Amino acid sequence: MRMRANTAIGGALMALLLGTAAAAVFWTPFDPLRINLRARLQPPSSLYWLGTDEFGRDVLSRVMVGAGTSVVIALLTVLLAVAAGTVIGCTAGYVRGWTDRIIMAVNDALLAFPGILLALAVMIVVGANKFGLILALGLAYTPSVVRVVRGTVLSIREKEYIEASRVIGNSEIYSMIRHVLPNAMAPVAVLATSMFGWVLLAESALSFLGLGVPPPAPTWGNMLAASRPFMETATWLSIAPGLCIALTLLGVNLLGDSLRDRLDPRMAHG
Amino acid sequence: MLGYLARRLAMTIPTLLLVAISVFALVRLIPGDPVQVMLGDSADPVQAMQLRAELGLDQPIPLQFMHWIAKLATGDFGHSITNNLAVLPLILDRFQISAIIVLVAVAAAACIAVPAGLIAAWKQNSLLDLSVVGGATLLLSIPSFWLGLLLLLLFGLKLKWLPVVGYVPFSENFWQATTFILLPIATLTMVEIGVLTRMARAASIEVLRLEYVTHARAKGVPEWLVLGRHVLPNAFAPTWTLIGLVLGHLLGGIAVIETVFTLPGLGRLLVDSIFARDYPVVQGCLLFTAMIYVVVNLIVDLCYPLFDPRVTVA
Repeated sequence: MRMRANTAIGGALMALLLGTAAAAVFWTPFDPLRINLRARLQPPSSLYWLGTDEFGRDVLSRVMVGAGTSVVIALLTVLLAVAAGTVIGCTAGYVRGWTDRIIMAVNDALLAFPGILLALAVMIVVGANKFGLILALGLAYTPSVVRVVRGTVLSIREKEYIEASRVIGNSEIYSMIRHVLPNAMAPVAVLATSMFGWVLLAESALSFLGLGVPPPAPTWGNMLAASRPFMETATWLSIAPGLCIALTLLGVNLLGDSLRDRLDPRMAHG
Repeated sequence: MLGYLARRLAMTIPTLLLVAISVFALVRLIPGDPVQVMLGDSADPVQAMQLRAELGLDQPIPLQFMHWIAKLATGDFGHSITNNLAVLPLILDRFQISAIIVLVAVAAAACIAVPAGLIAAWKQNSLLDLSVVGGATLLLSIPSFWLGLLLLLLFGLKLKWLPVVGYVPFSENFWQATTFILLPIATLTMVEIGVLTRMARAASIEVLRLEYVTHARAKGVPEWLVLGRHVLPNAFAPTWTLIGLVLGHLLGGIAVIETVFTLPGLGRLLVDSIFARDYPVVQGCLLFTAMIYVVVNLIVDLCYPLFDPRVTVA
């Protein structure tokens, strides 16, 4: 029962996020960047559903565009981490020996660094912008993918059907891509789902600190940061972007739970 | 035990070395001449030469690294560019407040999360379990900086129970200092309760299924004793490992909390130094945080056998 509720609520929240992000590409109620000083700090009304900020920009439009930015950054980061992690993890798990030992030593050292700190360090070098952010976060989250992929590859490569594939004359690389990799994808899918949430949170945290996407481009993180001075008089500015992050993370967590339950049914029911 | 200790300590050496190399490489990777960047375009050439010599940038790179490591080993983390203070004492000073907040928050979160997880597992799939899991998932989904802002809004601005901005060191006025760190601690506690409760529940469910629990019940041990004596200690071990990760995670993310509550902690020092391009301090903060993270996980690993007698340290 709970599992189905998880999937439904999580799916609905994610659909809302993706729908909003897609809609914002074509239409927003107002121009999210247009400054209108006559409509500064307006509370939510029938005209401005979520109010306006200190420059008179429509909060709803900015939140919608922010959703798009967050989704694109999170998706590209997860893609980058999964792609890089899969290639490195497969290499380590398949070649074994010294290559494996060196890769894993470096990987474990990277894992010994809090992810957001690693991303922060890379941001110093690449500079605060969208692509720097994707690179920094991708690098920070690759090691966990490497670990999972390598572990799975190590256990699968000894299975009989892989042996069979080799015996009938398939090359090592073919067996690897055709038979080992697809089986390693289930745990990666679970990891990628959670990672989408972590990346989104890390991105908004970095933007909140002023080290992420620079203003005036709206992100939920930099909107929250900008709302601080007006917290008492314009509460709506602090509520909307934070609620967006929280609802998105809730959706990701619920979907992640139901995905994990499906792949590991032992935990679902007593 | 000594052998295990030595091996576990040896395992941290490659990690620390790699951390040192990355932090060292960081400043070299920043586009442009670091000295020019630090001093600005209108830098006096003599001053630039001095700084270059002080940072050792006029020497070959491997030599620079060796010098840097040798200095680090003696506790010399260099000097801040903005105010010329020695970096290590500055970091240690700022670290105190971050450490207090993180440690108290993790301890409080564990004290609430472990019993909550245990009880939820005991009543698995009941309404109580559902609300605990739901509550934990909700807490897990709230970003710490937003929760902090909301608490600040409620207790600081609306109810006016607690101060909104500022900080007083503990050595000056204990009670006043407490009022300033109460909200940050509450924020982090709530955020971490989510992760820890879910872990404690999952671990407890595994243990509750084991035969010795059935056996204890069969021989008539009261239920509270079964939970307290047989389930709790065994379910605590995996949660304990997670506490190490949570501590490190919090240290990495402390900057946001310190920004929300305007506290002069280590995270704020790091972010301020990044904006000020004060690279010696940036290097020091990164290195120090990574070292703390490694040490915390070392301590967690070394304590593990205390909580899980099945793990022997031969």
